[in-house]
Amino acid sequence: MTEPSQPAAAAPSQLFAYAPAPESRAVVDLAPSYGLFIDGEFREAASGKTFTTLSPATEEVLSEVAYGGEEDVEAAVRAARAAFGPWSALPGTERAKYLFRIARIIQERSRELAVLETLDNGKPIRETRDADLPLVAAHFFYHAGWADKLSWAGLGPDPRPLGVAAQVIPWNFPLLMLAWKIAPALATGNTVVLKPAETTPLSALFFADICRQAGLPEGVVNIVPGDGATGAALVAHPDVAKVAFTGSTAVGRQIARTVAGTDKRLTLELGGKGANIVFDDAPLDQAVEGIVNGIFFNQGQVCCAGSRLLVQESVHDEVLDALKRRLATLRVGDPLDKNTDVGAINSAEQLARISELADSGEQEGAERWSAPCELPERGYWFAPTVFTGVGQAHRIAREEIFGPVLSVLTFRTPDEAVAKANNTPYGLSAGIWTEKGSRILMMADRLRAGVVWANTFNKFDPASPFGGYKESGYGREGGRHGLEGYLEHA
Amino acid sequence: MSTPENTSGTRGGARLSVLKTYKLYIGGKFPRSESGRVYEVTDAEGQWLANAPLGSRKDARDAVVAARKAFPGWSGATAYNRGQILYRVAEMLEGRREQFAAEVAAAEGLSQDRARALADAAVDRWVWYAGWSDKIAQVLGGANPVAGPFFNLSTPEPTGVVAVLAPQRCSLLGLVSVLAPVIVTGNTAVLVTSRTAPLPALSLAEVLATSDLPGGVVNVLSGDTAQLARPLAAHQDVNAVDLAGAGPELAAELEASAAENLKRVLRPGSGDWSATPGLERMSAFLETKTVWHPVGA
Repeated sequence: MTEPSQPAAAAPSQLFAYAPAPESRAVVDLAPSYGLFIDGEFREAASGKTFTTLSPATEEVLSEVAYGGEEDVEAAVRAARAAFGPWSALPGTERAKYLFRIARIIQERSRELAVLETLDNGKPIRETRDADLPLVAAHFFYHAGWADKLSWAGLGPDPRPLGVAAQVIPWNFPLLMLAWKIAPALATGNTVVLKPAETTPLSALFFADICRQAGLPEGVVNIVPGDGATGAALVAHPDVAKVAFTGSTAVGRQIARTVAGTDKRLTLELGGKGANIVFDDAPLDQAVEGIVNGIFFNQGQVCCAGSRLLVQESVHDEVLDALKRRLATLRVGDPLDKNTDVGAINSAEQLARISELADSGEQEGAERWSAPCELPERGYWFAPTVFTGVGQAHRIAREEIFGPVLSVLTFRTPDEAVAKANNTPYGLSAGIWTEKGSRILMMADRLRAGVVWANTFNKFDPASPFGGYKESGYGREGGRHGLEGYLEHA
Repeated sequence: MSTPENTSGTRGGARLSVLKTYKLYIGGKFPRSESGRVYEVTDAEGQWLANAPLGSRKDARDAVVAARKAFPGWSGATAYNRGQILYRVAEMLEGRREQFAAEVAAAEGLSQDRARALADAAVDRWVWYAGWSDKIAQVLGGANPVAGPFFNLSTPEPTGVVAVLAPQRCSLLGLVSVLAPVIVTGNTAVLVTSRTAPLPALSLAEVLATSDLPGGVVNVLSGDTAQLARPLAAHQDVNAVDLAGAGPELAAELEASAAENLKRVLRPGSGDWSATPGLERMSAFLETKTVWHPVGA
């Protein structure tokens, strides 16, 4: 790490450089190949096709995974359809116990899953260990308790499950998004065919093994890895009663079109361009931590990221100075290192998209600043970056970058902050930083976003409904509200 | 073309009745259609009743502008205030029961008794929804027990501008059953009337205009359902569509078109408007907002 020949004075941060503190990979036993999980068994794809999944931090091939084609989707839906009758007929108390089992096994295997997720996704072990995995277990634990209490969920005395739920999830929180989808589906008596993201299929396949350990009846959960074509086939399948998708707004639109004119129920959790609003009376040190957490958590690959910083003009310079100082201390690098703050970008494709949008920021006249950090030679990396002098018409103020890039805009009055914050087709999240309670409540009232974090950011909980306004999608996940998308009122 | 029974009294001293020109209702005003066109509305037997404005795409766009303009005020009004205004609408409806019963009887070919019962049910339905204004947030919202030192509260909020296709057959009870749940929670509406039975809806606009309901909260368009619904379903400043009045094919087309800006879509239902409603027609056009704040000294 440190160059002995380098004078310490020239690089003060090097003086106190951390020694490497890698988490052991030995806890994960990776097989050279994985099959599809259909009807309680791992099997090869009907076509025999496979694809590889990489570690984005090193570009090392982790494993080969069977590619789900149309025939496989057909088989998975058939299995889920067959399992639906008995599963939905189980007393809620029995379904609950399966979910409790799953929650417990996830807790037992959480270190293994955290390391696996870090390998396949590229996010720091600190996050998978301290955020993803605890939330995954909590989601199953929370929803387990609902399974035998659905009559009290406000959906009538005897709400009914829908049938087979087709679930398509993204790569940014692979196992957590799986939990957000599968836990409520199973608790409400539906069966599942889930397609994990193409670049992060492994944790879903490990979850399949957990289902086996828990003795979950065959066909209740089916996992079909693949790409966009796999997802499209699944969503379009006529025996699917419910579609739940988390991902980009563009794909969400296509799915909404596919589902149009059918009886399928649909929930969509799509993109965002969250405004994080800092008033001049905010506790600035806390606000800076919140800004960092808002846009650099998970390398900014978060749909609810606070990707637009709206800072009151009078404290702009002070906030930006403090923010840059703080960003210079972020440790970017090996995701398995326990001291790493910012890991790898998930794929070459995503890195290209981030780079292209960041370049457009410069071309359109915003000022670019990146944290001084050395990026590893192999893998997909992007230094934490801040754009100042951003106008509302700039692409980096309008389009979701889905990366560690913050666009800074200013405002003078609360009205202007509201107008700028709401000036987006998205409406997923927003942040407010001020010491004034009445202003928090006024702002929270007027911001058109599904989740508003006041004097905090990027907090999640299975009991807290999550989802967007406008083009950020519809329906909610989590809490009592999340059950609505999986039940027929009766 | 047949003529309506537009005389009253005995044959000898016949009095010619005053016919009403039915108009659109946009932004609190009663314009004729921008198209300058009308179409013939007949009763169930084919007798001419009136000429209704043939609303155009431009009228639909004007209505969306009016509804958007009215949204901040209406959604920002207190729930109590909205409830009072909606109850006022019911009071005005009550005073016009006979008129509505006559219009329903003519439109749907029903006996006076049956039409009167439907008009009464429509008033009662409106009263039922009016009372929800300051209760729905407690039923659908609440505190969430998160695992950390945070205050966490979910509240329902109106989606925005909702395009509502009124049921084609049930010209008053069906109409009230789709319109009231949209506006009681703070949404604003662009309502497309039944094509064949638009008169109760156009008369309802007169009730709304005299009930302290701010202009633009409800906008009423009569005309060809598909011609009006297409631009609304594709409109970038419409947040949701209620497809109650669309047949299966049109509904599928409109839903696909609504996907463009991810409008919330309520698909056509059973068409039984006599059943006691649940919360679904309200919750379909509500967003859940969840606010977090740390707890600490």
